[in-house]
Amino acid sequence: MLNQQAPLDRTFQALADPSRRAIVERLTRGPASVSELAKPLAMTFPAVMQHLAVLEGAELVASQKIGRVRICRLEATALDRAEAWLNTRRGEWERRFDRLGRYLEEQQKEGGENDAHE
Amino acid sequence: MTPTSDDKGAAVRGAFSLERVFKATPAQVFKAFTDERAKSRWFGGGDAQTMVERSMDVRPGGREVAVGKWKSGATSRFDAVYFDVVPDRRLVYAYEMHLDARKISVSLACVEIEPHPIGVKLKVSEQAVFLDGYEDNGSREHGTNWLMDKLVASLTG
Repeated sequence: MLNQQAPLDRTFQALADPSRRAIVERLTRGPASVSELAKPLAMTFPAVMQHLAVLEGAELVASQKIGRVRICRLEATALDRAEAWLNTRRGEWERRFDRLGRYLEEQQKEGGENDAHE
Repeated sequence: MTPTSDDKGAAVRGAFSLERVFKATPAQVFKAFTDERAKSRWFGGGDAQTMVERSMDVRPGGREVAVGKWKSGATSRFDAVYFDVVPDRRLVYAYEMHLDARKISVSLACVEIEPHPIGVKLKVSEQAVFLDGYEDNGSREHGTNWLMDKLVASLTG
C-alpha cells in the first residue's frame, strides 16, 4: 500500500502546480524542447528545468538530450498521454468542486432569500 | 508526439467519478450548474483561461458552448448537448473537446444531486473516448492500471 501511495503522492504534487499542468498539457500534443516549453509560459529556462525535474521525479515526463537540445515527452510507462489528459480533467473537477464550495458558501451568507424564491 | 498515420483511428476509453458533500440545497446546486451567471462563478478555468465564446441552454436537446484561450496559447472548445435534465436532481450531457483545430475527445457526463444530512451529495462521472493521437500505441501496459485504480480510489474515497 505505502509503496504504491508514494508515487501517487508525487503525481498529485507534480500536477498541483499550474505551470506544470501547462507543461503536461503542452506535451499531450507531442514532444517539445525545453525552450519550446518555456516560451508560452513566459518563464526562464532554469525555472522550466526545475518544473521538469519535479515532473520527471513523478515519472510523468521523460527527457532526452538530442545533440544540443533537450527533448521532453510524456512518460508513457507511468501515465500515457490519454491518462495524463484524463487526470487533467479529473483535476479540473477537483478544483471546480473547490470553487463551487466557495460559491455555495457565499450564496448561504447572502441569506439565501433570493434563492429560496427562485 | 505529433499524430502519425499509426495513430489515425486510435481510440482510448477512460472513466472517472468524483463526489463531494456541500452545505447547500439541491436547488442551489442545480442552479450552479444550469444558470450561466452562476456557473461562470466556479466552472471555468480561472485566471489561466480567457473565455472567448460562451452560451448555454440547459434542457433536453439544448446546447452549451465554452471556448477558452489558455495562457499556454492553446484554445480549447467545449461543445455539449444535454440529453436529460431533472430539476434539482440530475443532468446527463455529452460533449466533445477540441484543442486548437484537433478534436481530442468525446465524453458522456452525468451530474447527480442527492439529499444528504449535511446538505447535498454531488456526484460527477465522465466516460471519455480519446481520439487520434492521444494514445501511444502498444505502450499502454499494466502498471498504468493500478495507478489509475489508486487514483480513482483515493479521489472517490
